[in-house]
Amino acid sequence: MIIKLENVNHVYSPNTPFEKKALDDVSLCINDGDFVGLIGHTGSGKSTLVQHLNGLLKPTSGKIIVDGRDITSKDTDLKEIRQKVGLVFQYPEHQLFEETIYKDIAFGPKNLGLKEEEVEERVKKAMGLVGLDYERFKDRSPFELSGGQKRRVAIAGVLAMKPKVLILDEPTAGLDPRGRDEILGRLELLHKEGITIILVSHSMEDIAKLVNRIVVMHKGKVAMEGETREIFKQAEKLVQLGLGIPQITSFMREYRKRGNQVKDIVLTVEEAKDEIINFLRRRGNA
Amino acid sequence: MSNEIIRLENVTFEYNSMVEGGQLKAVEGIDLSVKKGEYLVVLGHNGSGKSTLAKLMNGLLLPTEGDVYVKDMNTKDEDKIWEIRQTAGMVFQNPDNQIVATIVEEDVAFGPENQGIPPEEIRKRVDEALEIVEMTEYKKHAPHLLSGGQKQRVAIAGILAMRPECIILDEPTAMLDPNGRVEIIDTIKKLNKEEGKTIVHITHFMDEAVEADRILIMEQGKIVMEGSPREIFSQVERVKSLGLDVPQVTELAYELRKEGIQVPTNILTIEELVKAL
Amino acid sequence: MLKDITIGQYFPGDTFIHKLDPRIKILIIMMFIVSLFFIKTFKPYLLILAFILLSVWLSKVPFKLVLKGLKPLIMIIGITFIINVLLTKGEVLFQIGPLTITKEGLSQAVFMALRLIFLITGTSLLTLTTSPIALTDGIEKLLSPFKRIGLPAHELAMMMTIALRFIPTLMEETDKIMKAQMARGADFESGNIINRARNLVPLLVPLFINAFRRADELAIAMEARCYRGGEHRTRLNELKLNHKDVLTFISMGLFFGFIIINRYIQLM
Repeated sequence: MIIKLENVNHVYSPNTPFEKKALDDVSLCINDGDFVGLIGHTGSGKSTLVQHLNGLLKPTSGKIIVDGRDITSKDTDLKEIRQKVGLVFQYPEHQLFEETIYKDIAFGPKNLGLKEEEVEERVKKAMGLVGLDYERFKDRSPFELSGGQKRRVAIAGVLAMKPKVLILDEPTAGLDPRGRDEILGRLELLHKEGITIILVSHSMEDIAKLVNRIVVMHKGKVAMEGETREIFKQAEKLVQLGLGIPQITSFMREYRKRGNQVKDIVLTVEEAKDEIINFLRRRGNA
Repeated sequence: MSNEIIRLENVTFEYNSMVEGGQLKAVEGIDLSVKKGEYLVVLGHNGSGKSTLAKLMNGLLLPTEGDVYVKDMNTKDEDKIWEIRQTAGMVFQNPDNQIVATIVEEDVAFGPENQGIPPEEIRKRVDEALEIVEMTEYKKHAPHLLSGGQKQRVAIAGILAMRPECIILDEPTAMLDPNGRVEIIDTIKKLNKEEGKTIVHITHFMDEAVEADRILIMEQGKIVMEGSPREIFSQVERVKSLGLDVPQVTELAYELRKEGIQVPTNILTIEELVKAL
Repeated sequence: MLKDITIGQYFPGDTFIHKLDPRIKILIIMMFIVSLFFIKTFKPYLLILAFILLSVWLSKVPFKLVLKGLKPLIMIIGITFIINVLLTKGEVLFQIGPLTITKEGLSQAVFMALRLIFLITGTSLLTLTTSPIALTDGIEKLLSPFKRIGLPAHELAMMMTIALRFIPTLMEETDKIMKAQMARGADFESGNIINRARNLVPLLVPLFINAFRRADELAIAMEARCYRGGEHRTRLNELKLNHKDVLTFISMGLFFGFIIINRYIQLM
């Protein structure tokens, strides 16, 4: 276990006319090595939730334990927590500020007070992880990159802190399919490197392809939680919560409904293809 | 009277690139004709020149070579520029950066105010435009408190109030969540089907293109594919190589065909594939 | 949330005061301010007080809100009071160490403090009962005669409108960038002034770059909506004076005229 939330509540502007309960009794556990998909429509509390995980927001009540430490207690070193739990906001490219890509990525490690050699080491490694060639890019200005490249620089800036957990809020928003696939491919690799990932996304296709566990937020509460397949089995409930399922998943459900004996939950086109071919062969043989 | 609203004749647009140096061609040698009442979708990945194409269509950019005509008015004709812009209205990607006023109805009125229309007539147009995008109940609200989809609908109303015949939308859904996207796509369909507006919709989401009359795909400033959604998406391999998606069922149909299973190539919906199998 | 802050302090309503033409309201407040400085005795303050109380009552703005406007300026009022008490010479009332308090000092201090209080409540009444849009419209119209001498009245008003529109957006963005940099270990809260200023760079650079990008996009969007400056422009809600506006203006003119004349010919 690496992150644990116990009965976490968060109220914005308490005791004012604008009072709003953003998190309502949230209890949750993120395990080491998880690839969690956090979904829910706008205003469901997802963004508020992830900002609690690295201490950017404090719960109104409840406990948050990161790596065995209660981060809600006063004497916690928040810098240390923020190093362990890296958070990449939506449109991270809008936060770039340094003259060179190297300096921008080095901002985090420098804030940790690391020595120059160590910083350089980390910048190199982080650029490698997001697929940016160190020699070619380090001295270029981050502002002259393409949208997808800028975003990779921003993600590298967080990776350079060597977080155990990486949280990404809509990392593919505004990118075209090519840029999106680049980023998602990188996430898969990072997960294989052993980083725990929490992916906040609106795209059910992306979630279905990547994650092994899903948390669904609705009106500040955890509405559903479980393994990816288990969650997509409950398509009706997802739709009720204003969410959908991938087109391929609904196709297979529809196909099954018409009396074809195929798996009820299929997450990717690849899987659907294999399943249908197997099914047609079985039917052909029978 | 021709039934053509926008015509591009051998249009090239060059710009100075600060990064790569020298002249770059954002669009090159484009010939295109948009028919009245048509629902045209322009697909392409970022940097393919599709945004430049949009800005050429209402004189925000002028071609370095060739000519652009909006209802037979050349966009290079300075006397006609305002008439051109009110004929071909334009909605942009970021809803925040196109709303000028602090109250919804004041913002919708901004265009007609610039056109110098009398106040009573502006009032009529504003109310009508808000009705069409279903934002009437928010007319006294402050825009910054609205959701992304609502803001974008206000932006569309702001264009509608200018009574354009054609609306060009430059990635209007790129910054929205799924609910916001649905709101905008429904609004666009309504504008085309019920209000009879010609639509030029620029996007990189293929699922928004499925219901278009015609699709253009741009790559490196050129039109590389053109046709009905069915014609386009049946070429799965080609579309994917251009950095774009096809609907998942279309892709599945294509994959199954490759495995020797008899399915048509031009599948677009779940229903069609279920029937075909 | 930062999003919920309201810009200005407009208190929506549908009263006589709310409906007054903004130009008239601005002019009345200007007369109000001028007349305040013509008052040299306490008695005319009663008229001013009556004016304020009557306006508050007519506008149905909670009195608390009007007083709230004083809060940020309480220090200045206090300092003015103390300086006046201590530095005015005259008949000594009592002495504490080196400090002498005089009768004249005390009365002068009360007088000056009251003037400031009236000044602030009067102007906040204007902003409480007039929406920012109406206010900008009013300013634009009032300044338009000066266009002939090259004053860009329309442009100034447009700038104010756009500023009002984008303040909440930029506040939200500031919050976001700050959090994002804090997630990378940035520290905006500790250190001495120089360090703190330096620590603001990672906030300010993206904020400015984004603001310029927004400005650029907004300019293109405005151009696409046929914006070409103030010429030939009409308005959805044109300002029109009705007889109520005119009557109010005339009676208020007489009222403040009386206060001003009172300084030279003691009428009360």
